[in-house]
Amino acid sequence: MISIQSVAHRYNGSPLISFKDWQINDGEQWLLLGDSGSGKTTLLHILTGILKPEQGEITLNGTAIYNLSSKKLDQFRGRNIGIIFQKPHLIKSLTISENLTLAQSFANLPQNQGRIDEVLTSLGIADKKKSYPNELSQGQLQRVSIARAVINKPTLLIADEPTSSLDDKNAAAVLSLLMQQSDINRATLVVATHDKRVKDAFTNTYNLA
Amino acid sequence: MSPLKISWKSLWSKPLSASLNIMLIAFGTGILTILLLASTQIEEKLNNNSKDIDLVVGAKGSPLQLILSSIYYIDFPTGNIPLKEANELSRSPFVKRATPLALGDNYNGVRIVGTDSNFVSLYGLKVDQGKLWVEDLEATIGVNVAKEQKLKVGDTFNGSHGLTNNSDVHKAHTYKVVGILSPQGNVTDNLILTNVASVWKMHEEPHEHQEGEVHDHEKEEEMAIKNREITSLLIQYRSPMSVAMFPRMVNQMTSLQSASPAMESTRLFSLIGVGVDTLQWFAILIMLIAAISVFVNLYNSLKERSYDLAIMRTLGASRTKLFIIVILEGLWLTLAGTIIGLFLGHSILELIGYYQESTQAKLTGKIFVTGELYLLIAGLVVGIIASLIPAMQAYRSNISKILAKN
Repeated sequence: MISIQSVAHRYNGSPLISFKDWQINDGEQWLLLGDSGSGKTTLLHILTGILKPEQGEITLNGTAIYNLSSKKLDQFRGRNIGIIFQKPHLIKSLTISENLTLAQSFANLPQNQGRIDEVLTSLGIADKKKSYPNELSQGQLQRVSIARAVINKPTLLIADEPTSSLDDKNAAAVLSLLMQQSDINRATLVVATHDKRVKDAFTNTYNLA
Repeated sequence: MSPLKISWKSLWSKPLSASLNIMLIAFGTGILTILLLASTQIEEKLNNNSKDIDLVVGAKGSPLQLILSSIYYIDFPTGNIPLKEANELSRSPFVKRATPLALGDNYNGVRIVGTDSNFVSLYGLKVDQGKLWVEDLEATIGVNVAKEQKLKVGDTFNGSHGLTNNSDVHKAHTYKVVGILSPQGNVTDNLILTNVASVWKMHEEPHEHQEGEVHDHEKEEEMAIKNREITSLLIQYRSPMSVAMFPRMVNQMTSLQSASPAMESTRLFSLIGVGVDTLQWFAILIMLIAAISVFVNLYNSLKERSYDLAIMRTLGASRTKLFIIVILEGLWLTLAGTIIGLFLGHSILELIGYYQESTQAKLTGKIFVTGELYLLIAGLVVGIIASLIPAMQAYRSNISKILAKN
């Protein structure tokens, strides 16, 4: 269970942005809707433990994440939160398989080749294991970034504009993969977007004013 | 996946700039290695060869030249000194041991040294095969001479006049090899030793003998001894007190001069030292440039990779881990560079030694000195310093800002 309570943040010199309280139950799938500049990215960063808000508290499965030390928080994020960015951003010097191994070792989990094969197979890109990122198409790369986000079976899966740079066909595919993966891994899913194509798939919506 | 592997793979995603950095460091370290090895070896050789010799007495001229010719067998002798005066000096109460040297001939560029048993005890010579020279025209040769001139016990050869070439061969007298010395690790490995009389014999005018002139002949011999000359005397003092008295005594004899190997070696080394210093600064400059280039490389790649590093943070890597990864990149570069540089230094020095003409001061790359360990450490320190600022940046980076920028 994830809860956000009386959170507000202010960047240097700009006005305070407050966010209404939000409670996400385990296994739910949420859409975070808002136009560019409405604080979507800010809220996502606060939610993932990347940006400490000026006020308020975020609790993930009973842990108040900003009470953790910097190192503990990094590790907590590695184990419990999977993040998918608008662009895949894989490490270019490492193969697909190594990129996933990296996610396991950074979270201080044992290397598990079986798990990597399992995830890549479920995303239909098992044959690309030994390839380097620059050998893959944009759609394939986005799948790898989903694989990397779910590799450690996180409790929370967050996607930031995962479809906005994809065409209709790929956007639909990525969206269904996201929902399918959050089901398989029993992860709570939050998709932040301004992409209207995505709307209909979700019942729960958090609207940013 | 360990930080070691991550940093290694990240470096080689840009092979060109990584190679350039490694090359620069290898050059700097290579030059420093050569300097270190060469100066250690030269110094060692200088000290080894003059170790038990307190003073050299020879004809007037340059004292450095006297030392070079009589101890290192490199330069030409300053001239000859009368045997009579040399003998007088040898009997002086200040002298423990005086070793005469008669130079002037060579065989294929190897110097033939006329001397006596004092030379054997002075250098602590040991015979490997055969025996030491006894009779005239018997020769005992150094181990390198045997190897390079392919001489063995029982072989014969003709010496020729001069110290370097083969132009003027003494055909009338033939030396016979009676022994080969065991390796001494000093200049005697490269010498042909015989008695003083043999050298004299080479240069005597051939005169005709007639029956019944025996008495005259003996008289002639006596006269000849009076006029005989040697090249120099190697002196060992009897007591430390001699240092003050003996050189002055020698220099008062008009035709002679004395030179101290310790002093002249120091002077010689200080002359070489100027060149060594210059090269050393040059190498340090290269190392400095290498350090800057490592810094620029890491700094630039960090700018491009700031997103990568931010992603690593979102995957659970701590600030410290990123710091370590960047430092390791610097260390990989300098470690590879230093090791290649050390290897390069040794190989080049071995190559120089191979093509070196002078057998007396041959250099080798097969020797390792503790200084190299410091070079390695210095290389690693350079790597850490060059990567410190980029690593600090990676440590401090605000990942929220970097990720939001996209």
